[in-house]
Amino acid sequence: MVSILRSMWLMLKHLVVRPVTVRYPEQKAYIPPRWRGRIILSRDPDGCERCVACYLCSAACPADCISLQATEDEHGRRYAEWFRINFSRCIFCGFCEEACPTYAIQLTPDFEMGEYDRSKLVYEKEDLLISGQGKYPGYNFYHHSGVSVKGKPRGGAVDETHPVDIRSLLP
Amino acid sequence: MTPGLWTLVIGVCLLAGLLGLTTGMIWIERRLLAQFQDRLGPNRVGPLGLFQPIADIIKLFMKEDWMPPFADKLIFVIAPGIIVVTVLLAFAVVPITPFIKVSDANVGLLFFLGMASMGVYGIVLAGWASNSKYSLIGGTRAAAQMLSYELPMGLAVVSVVMLAGSLRLSDIVNAQPRLWFCVLQPLGFVIFTIAGIAEARRTPFDLPEADSELIAGYHTEYSSMKFALFFMGEYLDIILVSAMVTVLYLGGWHGPLLPPALWFIIKMFAVIFLFVWVRAVLPRYRYDQLMTLGWKILLPLSIVNLVATGAVMLVMR
Repeated sequence: MVSILRSMWLMLKHLVVRPVTVRYPEQKAYIPPRWRGRIILSRDPDGCERCVACYLCSAACPADCISLQATEDEHGRRYAEWFRINFSRCIFCGFCEEACPTYAIQLTPDFEMGEYDRSKLVYEKEDLLISGQGKYPGYNFYHHSGVSVKGKPRGGAVDETHPVDIRSLLP
Repeated sequence: MTPGLWTLVIGVCLLAGLLGLTTGMIWIERRLLAQFQDRLGPNRVGPLGLFQPIADIIKLFMKEDWMPPFADKLIFVIAPGIIVVTVLLAFAVVPITPFIKVSDANVGLLFFLGMASMGVYGIVLAGWASNSKYSLIGGTRAAAQMLSYELPMGLAVVSVVMLAGSLRLSDIVNAQPRLWFCVLQPLGFVIFTIAGIAEARRTPFDLPEADSELIAGYHTEYSSMKFALFFMGEYLDIILVSAMVTVLYLGGWHGPLLPPALWFIIKMFAVIFLFVWVRAVLPRYRYDQLMTLGWKILLPLSIVNLVATGAVMLVMR
């Protein structure tokens, strides 16, 4: 009896508490940068596609929603001839991102992908490819520092980059 | 204007007002309950979500009115009507002001109790006619629950009748111009309110519905406007019990400054607020707890209340 009256008093106090509701279309909730949302294909700092069409993302995908076709340019550089993600199948698990050796495929904090037509949920390469570098700015898979040999330190050759100072990466 | 015509006008206005208030109750309850739970509730359709009930009703009209092939057709159709009609009939004896009332029957209180009992038929028949196990369990629960709670309710009301010396509801209101009966009858007030919540099948006494156990209890098989009628009946029941609490214990239209009708409405909405408040606080009782509360607590208490009231009246005289 007393406990019921106490609960009623406690509930009454909630009449003056601010509602926690986020009025979504007008107010946006904070979405953390590592949110697993819409999948994109990023480019490296030179503006070239990072994707080397290794099929690892496609193999890792538990929902089998990624399909692509590898091809090579005149220099023998592999890239995806076409790249297709069926977002009506995608479960946004992020395995493709983990599998990707070149940081090409990335998940972004965008989730507003609703469509009235299912076929519009199939994203082609031109829908997926962005002009920026995504979550890993400055990373280029093909840049390397080499190894130090006699008369040449690491990163000393023409096509080599300076090694990363790992202390600068400390948090 | 002849008295007969005036009664007719009042009756039609009351009917329209009640049906409007029923839709309004959906909004009031959802917004208020949301506020209790730190949410906003419906706020999209119209200003402050005021048109939400209208959208709900349009949706219910558009729904397929499906009747299960195994149902008892005639009773299945009549049952939701019984609930709404009995509650609406009970409103006939509720005096809102000395002038705004449909009928001033000298057995008004008995008529109210009778109509409240008749409402059980709607639920039991709905549960029976649906011919499904959940509906039947809901219906039997409703029968047991409403019978158990009508007794303490009736006994609590007897004390009020003893104080007022009349079964006419306007006489009962006129007997409390200064001192409301909720002061003289605090126990009876609490018993009547609790029994009223049980009569209206509201949380924590919504065992006939019991979504988590019985899908939707007696209205499991209903759809479209038949389903809507059950909800209308439930909301009308809330309004009716609130009005009766106002008349019997809160002094009806009596109050300073403001016009009588406004006082009545204010008091009625205060009780409606209490209904929503209780819903926000308490979970559903278990079936044995419900029966224990009804038979072992409320009924003896109401008898004690009755005897005490009689004793005090005898001493005072």
